[in-house]
Amino acid sequence: MSHSNRAEPRVGLMATCLMNVFRPNIGFSAADLLRAAGCRVEVPNDQTCCGQPAYSAGDDDAARAMARQLIEQFEAFDYLVSPSGSCIGTVRKYPQLFADDDAWRARAEALAAKAYELLSFLVDVRRIAIDARYQGKATYHDSCSGLRQLGVKRQPRELLSQVEGLEIAEMDDAEVCCGFGGSFCVKYPKISEKMVDDKLKSIAASGADTLLGGDLGCLMNIAGRLRRSGAKVRVWHTAEVLAGRTDGAAIGEEEAR
Amino acid sequence: MKPLRGTFDSRSAKALGDPSLQKALRNFKPLFVAKRAAAVAELPDFERLRDTAAAIKDAVLSELDVWLERYADKVESLGGKVHFARDAAEAREIIREICRKAGARTVCKGKSMVSEEIGLNEVLEEDGYRVVETDLGEYIIQLAKEPPSHIIAPAIHKTREQVADLFEKNHPGRPREESVAGLVNEARHVLRERFFESDVGITGGNFLIAETGTSVIVTNEGNGDLTQTLSRVHVVTSGIERVLPTLDDLSVFLRLLARSATGQDTECYTTLSSGPKRPGDPDGPEEYHVVLVDNGRSKMLSGRFRDMLRCIRCGACMNHCPVYGAVGGHAYGWVYPGPMGSILTPLFNGLAENYDLPNACTLNGRCQAVCPVRIPLTELIRTMRNEQVKAGLMPASQRRMMAAWGWVARQPGLYRALERLGSRMLRLRAGRSGALSSLPGAGAWTEARDLPAPQGPTFIDQWNARGGDQ
Repeated sequence: MSHSNRAEPRVGLMATCLMNVFRPNIGFSAADLLRAAGCRVEVPNDQTCCGQPAYSAGDDDAARAMARQLIEQFEAFDYLVSPSGSCIGTVRKYPQLFADDDAWRARAEALAAKAYELLSFLVDVRRIAIDARYQGKATYHDSCSGLRQLGVKRQPRELLSQVEGLEIAEMDDAEVCCGFGGSFCVKYPKISEKMVDDKLKSIAASGADTLLGGDLGCLMNIAGRLRRSGAKVRVWHTAEVLAGRTDGAAIGEEEAR
Repeated sequence: MKPLRGTFDSRSAKALGDPSLQKALRNFKPLFVAKRAAAVAELPDFERLRDTAAAIKDAVLSELDVWLERYADKVESLGGKVHFARDAAEAREIIREICRKAGARTVCKGKSMVSEEIGLNEVLEEDGYRVVETDLGEYIIQLAKEPPSHIIAPAIHKTREQVADLFEKNHPGRPREESVAGLVNEARHVLRERFFESDVGITGGNFLIAETGTSVIVTNEGNGDLTQTLSRVHVVTSGIERVLPTLDDLSVFLRLLARSATGQDTECYTTLSSGPKRPGDPDGPEEYHVVLVDNGRSKMLSGRFRDMLRCIRCGACMNHCPVYGAVGGHAYGWVYPGPMGSILTPLFNGLAENYDLPNACTLNGRCQAVCPVRIPLTELIRTMRNEQVKAGLMPASQRRMMAAWGWVARQPGLYRALERLGSRMLRLRAGRSGALSSLPGAGAWTEARDLPAPQGPTFIDQWNARGGDQ
């Protein structure tokens, strides 16, 4: 591996488990945007998972094993970037997992310091001019991890304001959890259903025809419930709209519409 | 209070299917959140106050024994009596003894969550005292024979119609009231008589001030004042963690408490009492007792949950919790619901018995964001899960799944292959429909929502097929 060119930082793109399987379009959108922001994008092929499910479940041993693996895969990059607030939130917590291990804690801290959620990276670290069009009225769901762990709030709105044709209609309770919560939604399905229904009411009241967000788990939860309830709201990850990759089917939408 | 019957699942299912409760929750939810936000926005110093308050609490907790001793000495020098209770049973015995010695017949109570925690009403009623809750919310649930569902609004789960029914049944000879004002008035008239008959008045203690030996209660109804001034004997029940060094410290907390709890700048009544009636005082109790309850708190001092002892019982965490907002307080099964209860209840009543509480949380962090004393609630809830895992309490099925997943995730080749396989199977099943409405093994997801189908081969496969960053 060559040393980094300062003008063109090397970014390791973390392909989150959900994105990798369910929504590759978000990964390509992220790569487009990172390239437009002057970065060189690489996707380490042996990456698997950041360990969030283990960490959230309180299984610190399993989370530590994942963390070590991911640190090794990404620490050589100038930045680790991922289109997910909750996965990056997990990487930022790695140092806590190594409270009793100085060597690994130092490596965890170094990686945490250069790990960024995509949308905040594109505003706070690399300036980027957006060149995209989307015809519609969108409302934005602030996913909890991005919002409260990483302070992602104004960045997606700043970027989306540059999208031609797009109108943003903020909903009430945009910052309230949609009921996904990782395994929460399958462990407590009825409570989760109530929470996502509250979210659907807020979306409907906003009058938006599109829902945007920055975390695929939440978006799949909301899109899945919207579809089940027969609502015609289209759901995209913000990166897809910013990269202009909205020609195909939205999340959970029938193909070739 | 005894833990409620059933499991978290059964209680929350009942809550979700209870239209009255859902209506009550719908009405209450936006109220507290919006009012707090407005009150906080008007006080530019609020964030700094939170830091100050957390620092004061941390300093006190680091030498709690010293501050408790100073407080107790001061109270005794004023003619009061301080009792230390190691657990709930000891606290109950101390208070029973006080009531017995006082020859009491009627015991009036201001709102006290510690008295709920130690299950006081039941034993006093068994002893034959007439126990009267005088906080309107507590009074309502006492009539309904229900436990509180919120720490500052105990009857928040009741609708106006339900309260009207309860009053009609319990206040014979009075016309049925329907309006909120009418109901409040009715309670006021009925309770006024009880205050005059009260022999022992039991209140909580929001704060205890070491320098002056003062107990402080904060209420909106003035019932606490009447309880403690009109009774012959005043008993303060409080957790040992509620002591503050000085009145200056108190001013920091008073500015935070009302805003966080109800969105008021200050509550209607902030009452400071220091010892019994002195010669020449126009009123006040003849005896003044403080029962300081440990009940597991000193154990928390040395562990991973110490920050929880900063809690001032404002209820902001549950007001902002979307899970609490969906199921209400009774689902949590004991006196402390919502995020703070998901930490306290397992600590007080057992990790295994309360396995669900810390798990029924999306870790969304909204509670932590509003906590006036900056308790890292979300972190502590996750830490509680870690304690459960370490105690071997994770259900076997989940443990096996976690172990298998953890192993596979460390074999990148195999992980890739399984992702590829999963993607192909889901796409095959979905066809061009874009989503699955049912999927064997994923019923908990598909019961309420469709599962968006994968768009195509995995991102990493497609990326490699296109030759990477071209």
